Amino acid sequence: MNPDVGSASDLAIATVVVRVEGLSKVFLGPPEVTALQPCDFQVGTGEFVAITGPSGSGKTTLLSLLGLLDAPTAGRYVLDGLDVAELSDNDRAGVRARRIGFVFQAFHLVGYRTVLENVELGLLYHGTPKRERRQRALEVIDRVGLTGRKNGLCSQLSGGEKQRVAIARTLIRKPALMLCDEPTGNLDTVNSDTILSTLEELHAEGMTVVVITHDQAVAARAQRNLLIRDGVLTEPDSSVP
Amino acid sequence: MTAGIEPSRLKWSDTISEALSSITQRPVRTLLTALGTILGVGAFVATNGLAETARAQVSSRFDALKATEVRIQDAAPDDTNPFPGDVGARLERLNGINHAGLYFTIPDNGTLQPRTTPTRSTNPSTTAPVIAAQPGALLAALPTLQVGRLYDQFFEDESVRVAVLGRAAASQLGIARIDNQPAVFIGDNAYTIIGIIDDVERNPDLLLAVIIPTSTATRDLGVAGATYQVLIDTQPGAAALAGRQAPVALRPDLPERLQALVPPDPKRLRNQVSGDITSLFLSLSALALLIGTVAIANATLLNVIERRSEIGLRRALGAKRAHISRQITVEAALVGAGAGAVGASLGIIGIVITSAARGWTATIDPTMVLIAPAIGLATGALAGLVPAIRASHTPPAETLRG
Repeated sequence: MNPDVGSASDLAIATVVVRVEGLSKVFLGPPEVTALQPCDFQVGTGEFVAITGPSGSGKTTLLSLLGLLDAPTAGRYVLDGLDVAELSDNDRAGVRARRIGFVFQAFHLVGYRTVLENVELGLLYHGTPKRERRQRALEVIDRVGLTGRKNGLCSQLSGGEKQRVAIARTLIRKPALMLCDEPTGNLDTVNSDTILSTLEELHAEGMTVVVITHDQAVAARAQRNLLIRDGVLTEPDSSVP
Repeated sequence: MTAGIEPSRLKWSDTISEALSSITQRPVRTLLTALGTILGVGAFVATNGLAETARAQVSSRFDALKATEVRIQDAAPDDTNPFPGDVGARLERLNGINHAGLYFTIPDNGTLQPRTTPTRSTNPSTTAPVIAAQPGALLAALPTLQVGRLYDQFFEDESVRVAVLGRAAASQLGIARIDNQPAVFIGDNAYTIIGIIDDVERNPDLLLAVIIPTSTATRDLGVAGATYQVLIDTQPGAAALAGRQAPVALRPDLPERLQALVPPDPKRLRNQVSGDITSLFLSLSALALLIGTVAIANATLLNVIERRSEIGLRRALGAKRAHISRQITVEAALVGAGAGAVGASLGIIGIVITSAARGWTATIDPTMVLIAPAIGLATGALAGLVPAIRASHTPPAETLRG
């Protein structure tokens, strides 16, 4: 068992958004691969946490588990007060729709649709009426500074603009947890800085942000760092070895 | 649903809107996807329309020709004439009968020798046969005159010595014109030739013969041993009725003495032929639709593989598997419905062009045209099922990496 990383008592916060206990993932194969060793950690409301590690260390597996894109092999995962580790596929979809926002390295926008339509997609599976979706989309597009491009096709945007659209698509959902997988991985320095600044602003406004990255410069902008290597998660600053 | 978890929801209106957006924003791909169904539904409408047109064509042919002929013959021949003298008058009063009359070939023991001179030929073997026919029988054969006229009831009633020649008989006797009032000698009597028949639609043996009124033949010639028959021309569809009523009308005292020869029921025959044609065309249509279904399934499957990333994204945004499969199925169904409408239009154009080229009257069942989009929709939905299921099982974690 790994040492506890960031126990609730260590966190100077009122509530916990993510509480993980003994969470692990084994791909049965063959060959059988243990992608994530059992780990324990917590993320408090409004925290900005970076999880760093080299390629193949298990970062993306951890993000998939935290984002309920995959089911863990063992362990407990409480998200925003809900025990979600053993939910059915449909329940996981429900939690994803309302409590988790994703920002991906490859943006994952629908290229043949406009900025506005892509941002509206964030609320599609909420059952929100079309008019309300449109109104909220315009608000968050303005928040990320893309009002002038709202009717442009996403395939015609720059990398930085695409990532801002992806952030807007997440913001429209008002998620409890924002998961970012290498959000600056495909961006130049200037655009990377813009995106990180946006994440910092969101954090300052109270958003809980977890960033997965192998880039130490990105990790340095986070409030707190976790390290993953060979599937083992640790907190370098923690007093626990 | 676990307590405290709000389910993910996708409205049907949003499903259709998303599907339409996906279809319309990639028109070339949509067209390629729809191509199979357009051809399938087009073939379906065209083949059914052509079957309908052909069926109507077959019906008119049957109704116009064979279905209007009835013959009455002696069921128990005993060398006597079983028919009354006023066959035409009795039968033409019946519903649906145009013309009717008695006719028989005069038995020839070598004494008749129709010829143009009073003297007999030394080579009687080449002489034309002599047929006695009532005016109604002549008309029922639907003759076309080359020259002159046919004899009518007056000639029959008065037993006038007149003759009408069939084209071959006229040629054999060397008669080409009648304005010089030629005569044909039969036995020892001369008969004035009043007309030459060029063609008949029934009883082609009339073309070979010298035809005289039955009353004249009975008076002048020996008719013992003749085979008596009545020929009836009916209106379309009346043959069966005429066949049932004629024996009673002719011999109310002994109808079983007469036997009616009625052509096969045109309805049954028509339905049989129509059934054969329809089965053939339906098989072809089903094959075309099957090809269309496979084509749309294949295109949709490729589409799903290409859109793995988008499907993974939708799952990450909260779509349930059912939402994904629903959207893919609706997309395929809408493509199918559009393809059905286009295919129906092309099919109709095909029917009209084919019918025009063959000189047919295009017959199109409006139901078939109206249900074509529904067939396309069902085909599309069916074709979309497997890709939809496959799409719904796309693992989001895998597709969103990198």
